[in-house]
Amino acid sequence: MEKRRELICIKCPKGCRIAVAMDGDEVVGVEGNSCPRGEEYVRKEITSPTRMVTSTVRLIGSDMNVMPVRLSGEITKGKIFDVMKEIRKCQVKAPVRMGEVLITDVCGLGVDVVAAAEALDVLG
Amino acid sequence: MIAYDLVIVGGGPAGLAAAVSAKENGVDSILILERENRLGGILNQCIHNGFGLHTFQEELTGTEYAYRYIQKVKELGIDYKVSAFVTDINVQKQITAAVRGEGLLEVQANAIILAMGCRERSRGALNIAGTRPAGIFSAGTAQYFVNVLGIMPGKEVVILGSGDIGLIMARRMTLEGAHVKCVAEILPKSGGLQRNIVQCLEDYDIPLRLSHTVIEIHGEKRLTGVTLAAVDEKLKSIPGTEEYIPCDTLLLSVGLIPENELTRQLPVTMLPETKGPKVDAGMQTDLPGVFACGNVVRVYDLVDNVSAAAVVAGRSAAEYLRE
Repeated sequence: MEKRRELICIKCPKGCRIAVAMDGDEVVGVEGNSCPRGEEYVRKEITSPTRMVTSTVRLIGSDMNVMPVRLSGEITKGKIFDVMKEIRKCQVKAPVRMGEVLITDVCGLGVDVVAAAEALDVLG
Repeated sequence: MIAYDLVIVGGGPAGLAAAVSAKENGVDSILILERENRLGGILNQCIHNGFGLHTFQEELTGTEYAYRYIQKVKELGIDYKVSAFVTDINVQKQITAAVRGEGLLEVQANAIILAMGCRERSRGALNIAGTRPAGIFSAGTAQYFVNVLGIMPGKEVVILGSGDIGLIMARRMTLEGAHVKCVAEILPKSGGLQRNIVQCLEDYDIPLRLSHTVIEIHGEKRLTGVTLAAVDEKLKSIPGTEEYIPCDTLLLSVGLIPENELTRQLPVTMLPETKGPKVDAGMQTDLPGVFACGNVVRVYDLVDNVSAAAVVAGRSAAEYLRE
């Protein structure tokens, strides 16, 4: 039997309302997306939703108190708080370069926590 | 008094993009004046992703987006001063700034780009009844606390207003261990982007209470709770719907206002509907040689659109200076 679900795409600020027709666990139709990213998003969102996580880590020896961080790729939605736990434990020392890996393979999820800003000046 | 062809007031996304654009269009003598201690403006506290899809065709965090422009400004050798607070601008295009460690700076410009951005509406603008305890912040101030200072402003949180900053902060506070009880929105529809309703509220089961507002604030030294009530079509609270919600923190995300105190020192026409200066298609105000771009003109939803408007302003200023 066919079932319909409606999702709002989060891939860009447009926020397309996308209708998905399902036959059991199988996606049989996608409607309402204005770009291919939308279809990709809803297919993933229905089977295994993923998210980006951004946060900050403690920074020592800089005039900045914290270093903004992001993941190198999206992770399974259910693992967000596990990743946050690791991020909260992390502390880094200046200098930190943009894009520098601060936690490798966080929670074994295959993505890294990387610096999303730069702190080059080291305080004495 | 020192002299520059072009002085840009504000080193946030608008000012940075305008500077790069002016330089690329042939203006060599440019000075950016920024009141914070580093370039980047509000992007420095926007650690979330979702920036740059239009400008760079990839999804960046706010800090990464700022970094690309700051690098560009440095590569191009554009002069800038941070901790430089502009206090006066006059019709002769003379600018006075208080610069930390240097004292008063006076600059004669041939053209000016105003890029001061905007600020948040405050509790005072809302007229909520009750006491004045600690624990009430604008959403952007809370964002500064968490993302720049690394300090959590509270644990049990109610957010009033569903603008994008409020939605983003609902998620941010939740990720950092706070309990966000609800986001109340007086209108029947959220003012934020749909994607933020999904990824900031629904992902974390944070209720969005539409057609609801805070009618009273409780607590002596620290906030202890708020009274929430439903509102009718005229946005008046409906008696009998009051609900007490204990909380130690209230964030206000109730709109942004272009920051035009400096603009008002100039004989420039202001538009009541945008609260910003009137500009032409080239982002020039009706005072020749004075341009404006970004949130100082009108509040934008997307930084990419601010950058695009700033590119126009930079190009127009370059044309003006050639003539």
